[in-house]
Amino acid sequence: MRETSIQLAYLVATFLFVVALRSLGRPDTARRGMQLAAIGMAVAIVATLFNAHILSYEWIVVGCVVGAVAGYPLGMWVPMTAMPQRIALSHAFGALAATLVGVGEYSRGFAVGDIGRGHVVALGLEVLFGGLTVTGSLMAFGKLQEILPGRPMTFRFQHGFNLALMACAVCGLLWLIIDPTNLAVAIAMLSISLVLGVLFVLPIGGADMPVVVSLLNSYAGLAAVATGFAIDNNILIVVGALDGLSGLILSVAMSKAMNRSFSNVLFGAFGSPVASAEGAAAAGGEMTAIAAEDVALRIAYSDRAIIVPGYGLAVAQAQHQVRELADLVDKRGGDVRFAIHPVAGRMPGHMNVLLAEAGVPYDKLVEMEDINERFAETDIVLVVGANDVVNPAARTNPNSPIFGMPILKVADAKSVVVLKRGRGTGFSGVENDLFVDPKTSMLFGDAKQSLLNLVVEVKNV
Amino acid sequence: MPSTTIIQMFVFLLAGFVGFQTISRIPPLLHTPLMAATNAISGISLVGSLVLSGAHDGMLATVLGTIAVASAMANVVGGFLITDRMLAMFKRTRVAAGEEGAAGAGRS
Repeated sequence: MRETSIQLAYLVATFLFVVALRSLGRPDTARRGMQLAAIGMAVAIVATLFNAHILSYEWIVVGCVVGAVAGYPLGMWVPMTAMPQRIALSHAFGALAATLVGVGEYSRGFAVGDIGRGHVVALGLEVLFGGLTVTGSLMAFGKLQEILPGRPMTFRFQHGFNLALMACAVCGLLWLIIDPTNLAVAIAMLSISLVLGVLFVLPIGGADMPVVVSLLNSYAGLAAVATGFAIDNNILIVVGALDGLSGLILSVAMSKAMNRSFSNVLFGAFGSPVASAEGAAAAGGEMTAIAAEDVALRIAYSDRAIIVPGYGLAVAQAQHQVRELADLVDKRGGDVRFAIHPVAGRMPGHMNVLLAEAGVPYDKLVEMEDINERFAETDIVLVVGANDVVNPAARTNPNSPIFGMPILKVADAKSVVVLKRGRGTGFSGVENDLFVDPKTSMLFGDAKQSLLNLVVEVKNV
Repeated sequence: MPSTTIIQMFVFLLAGFVGFQTISRIPPLLHTPLMAATNAISGISLVGSLVLSGAHDGMLATVLGTIAVASAMANVVGGFLITDRMLAMFKRTRVAAGEEGAAGAGRS
């Protein structure tokens, strides 16, 4: 009877989770949906506490208190710009929990001397995916937080070495199926998966981190699925599947937005000097500088303006200034939209969150496919801290390293103003023909200061 | 293969379809909250770690279980809080401001 009630509680929680994901499809229902999911989580946790195997609660209380104390700052104090590394850290936590449950279950079965073959497959996969995700996520966290160098680190025969290690891990798993109580093989497998996580993220550069973080999300989900199979728990299987798929869908979307295949991201080591050398010769001509007063006049009297924010905007912490500028133009009767490229931030959807935080209403944030049509009818485009996502070479120059990447068709607009720190190249080290286009004027200087100047000038117009 | 495993595979398959249908419909606007949300929900691994931590299965299992409870709990608390914090930021244009904007657009 008790067991049935617990399972029914899990069923309710699963239902609430799926409803929550459904409600995330629209910004006005999303918040309510997630509150339902939180209720579902509470139901599932309380139900679990009635599990007949639990004999004492003191360690549970310790774990819960420590977790809650660690979780609160992770939820309330982390700034939105630090979101990618915070998510990476969370993947590490989630995977750590799954891995430890796997190891704990194995040690229990080992003590009793009874581990079934099916059981060991699930436990093995759990530890394999879990261990890899723990160290991989910690590496990603280190790179994003700039504790570790962000550039790709490569060595000779790296791919061969990684593949060989992966083969070893699979062999270990097969060995365990034949001989489930072989402790040495189990420990070796755990160690290999931990090492693999490090090696897997080592060659990946800062710009590709969104894909990797999404992919690690997917692995953490798979580890949860394996846990579900190992401890016969359906809610874990469902949640793990949702988690794994969401990670997969996001990483495919990110790869597509960068016009790179999965394998290219994982093995390509983009951002290394080899990739950026070619295609540089394409750009010719001079950049035209412009003064802030002139930009202010143009944007103040425009009917339709589009702002293209890039990661440089977030680095300069200029979200609030750009919102203020948009508000001013809006008050004067101009229509201002924000064009959001899928890889504008450092993780999927990051730029939207940063602008929403600054108070930009979400109906002004327009995705690439929807806004590309609009550029032709736009009086002025303001590019702030973005470079590669507006580079026409992606459409015109087959020699360019970013050729084929979908871009914002900024050059269709009547005029373009680019806010840029200096005359250098962008994140991937590629020259940008847009900057020397006759339609384009350059407003050099720190993005935040330039925007502040613009706000003052527009007020004076 | 035991029949529970077969049933679990059905569950996995169907959850995969539901997940794909649901998640594909989430707009890029909300992809960061989606990631934070799946992180929070993945804290459901608590259902395993709580039992491991509370059942008396030897010291190793208890310690590992307790660490697992702590890390999963950190994801639950932190994940739901930050998702809510983010979603609270997403606001529509206020209606009054919209009308003002529309009236202003009438100017030559």
